[in-house]
Amino acid sequence: MKGSFLRCFTTAAVGVALAVPALAATQLTGAGSSFDFPFFSKAFYIYNQKNPDVTINYQSIGSGGGIQQFTAKNVDFGATDVPMNAEELGRAGQPVLQIPVTLGGAAVAYNLPDVTATIKLTRQAVADIYLGKILKWNDPQIAKLNPGVKLPDMSIVVVHRSDGSGTSYIFTDFLSHVSPEWKSKVGVGKSVSWPAPSSVGAKGNEGVAGQVRSTPGAIGYVELAYVIENHMPAALLENKAGKWVACEPDTVAAAAASKPEVTATNFSIVDAAGENSYPLSGYSWIVVYKKPADRAKALYDVLSWLVGTQGQSNAKSVDYVPLPRNVQTAAQATLNQMQR
Amino acid sequence: MAPPRFRRVARFVSPVDHGFAAVVYGGSILFALLIIGLFVELVLGSWPSIAAFGPSFIWKSAWDPVNSKFGALPMIYGTVVTSLIAIVLAGFVGIMAAVFLADFAPRWLATPLSFLIELLAAVPSVVYGLWGLFILAPFVRTAIGPALQKTLGWTPLFSGPIYGVGLLTGGIILALMIVPTVTAISRDVIAAIPQDLREASMALGTTKWETATRVVLPAARVGIFGACVLALGRALGETIAVTMVIGNRPEISSSLFAPSYTLASVIANEFTEATTSVYISALIELGLILFVVSVVVNALARMMIWRVRGSA
Repeated sequence: MKGSFLRCFTTAAVGVALAVPALAATQLTGAGSSFDFPFFSKAFYIYNQKNPDVTINYQSIGSGGGIQQFTAKNVDFGATDVPMNAEELGRAGQPVLQIPVTLGGAAVAYNLPDVTATIKLTRQAVADIYLGKILKWNDPQIAKLNPGVKLPDMSIVVVHRSDGSGTSYIFTDFLSHVSPEWKSKVGVGKSVSWPAPSSVGAKGNEGVAGQVRSTPGAIGYVELAYVIENHMPAALLENKAGKWVACEPDTVAAAAASKPEVTATNFSIVDAAGENSYPLSGYSWIVVYKKPADRAKALYDVLSWLVGTQGQSNAKSVDYVPLPRNVQTAAQATLNQMQR
Repeated sequence: MAPPRFRRVARFVSPVDHGFAAVVYGGSILFALLIIGLFVELVLGSWPSIAAFGPSFIWKSAWDPVNSKFGALPMIYGTVVTSLIAIVLAGFVGIMAAVFLADFAPRWLATPLSFLIELLAAVPSVVYGLWGLFILAPFVRTAIGPALQKTLGWTPLFSGPIYGVGLLTGGIILALMIVPTVTAISRDVIAAIPQDLREASMALGTTKWETATRVVLPAARVGIFGACVLALGRALGETIAVTMVIGNRPEISSSLFAPSYTLASVIANEFTEATTSVYISALIELGLILFVVSVVVNALARMMIWRVRGSA
């Protein structure tokens, strides 16, 4: 009885072991940012269609988890919304290449039941709302930006992400750039201590969007792709050049294009210069070892395709922002340092 | 010398019995080891945070990852208050439903009703969470909240602005999730009360209602209490559904309408993106506190059961 069970088990195990390599010659694994996931699933699916011998398994477990898995060498590449910092690079133990892979933006969505016009907000107004210094929608500071709009005498409910997120990082990075008070009082991070007295935390883009939709007077920042797909009203923001810009793929790309020399240590593109730049923009990154232990050639080929024109062309179809041409070139140059 | 109270009768013990005994012992020891291992692992994981903040972690209220300042008090408060709201609501409704199903409902109604209530337990918690966020929270903001404020607004419990999300909404969602546990177990306990008791009570001329509240429920109270403890355990540790509707604000407010935070929610929200080691360790320490809170609550409940049983 016992013997036959063991035999059965061994046969099954060998069967599985033989079947896996037959399905795919090379399997690459990655883990990290959940923001990247829709873009990656689309792009890697297309890549697998073109190169059936390579499959890429990406687990969207969050940037922090991705860095951890990458550092433990459980995955071939990690993906993160904020580049690895010096402490994290030290833990990795060997040289790491960080490559920008896609762009994101945060739209400032709001819920004002009887207002049909699109609200305009200066950078200072956004900061003051999130600091809790502007408490009502008909505050003179907002009213003077929106002449002709009848703003209600309604309390502003400030909604933010409760889960640690790259979108929160971009948003707080922006607030720190435009408001010294925010910088000293709160700072930049994926999770921060939100100071506004009427602030509410919601989980994920769907949580923030749901909270904003169901609460009259609410304001919240939501990932660009989510706003486009759900047709939410979002504020026009004043950029550094003093122009009013909407959160769109083109304005986010313009912010990125204004700073082609982006590196993992100098990566912030919030409050970017340029007439058409959207101020709440940021990159997402892929991290790989400079000398991968194995599967280096396959990994290089996939990433090279991903940051190139062909891979980036998949971004638009899922409402992501492709890297501008000059950033693609820079990403490719970094990737070429990989030993393969 | 007093004679032994009982003598072993079976002289022959088969090897199968020995094997079975080993498996049974092994199984129970494994559970004990698991719990101890979990505790040790939690303490080790939270050591950097324990070393950095000491016991003040438990009564500090700041939660500021940017400046590495952490305190657990608002989350402990949120966890305990939402669970209490849940057990008060679910306990009342669940026990009433159990009485109805066991003693009042005709069979053709009791069977499908029990099935439906138990089905509630099979709904994934994220579904409860999304329903809570999109349906319940707006309903609390527009209907339940204002009604409570109108009648009970003079108490600090029901004052202040109503956001929809908050302690009350979190408690209601939890109540929905634990009602099946309370109802199903209480119904079985009530059904197991000997029929003789009911007949004797009726023979004394009581009504059906008096029999249920004065005879059946007191007789079943230990079991019902146990059901509530099991349910409370689930409420304390429930994560996603509460996270969606609690408002996720680490602040202590007397109002049940105010946003709050629970231990499990913080971990779910922040663990994946926590990077510095003291931050991760502070989150693990929240897990340790949740573990200790659960053990303490269960131990207290168990002691109450023993007292009730002792006096019964």
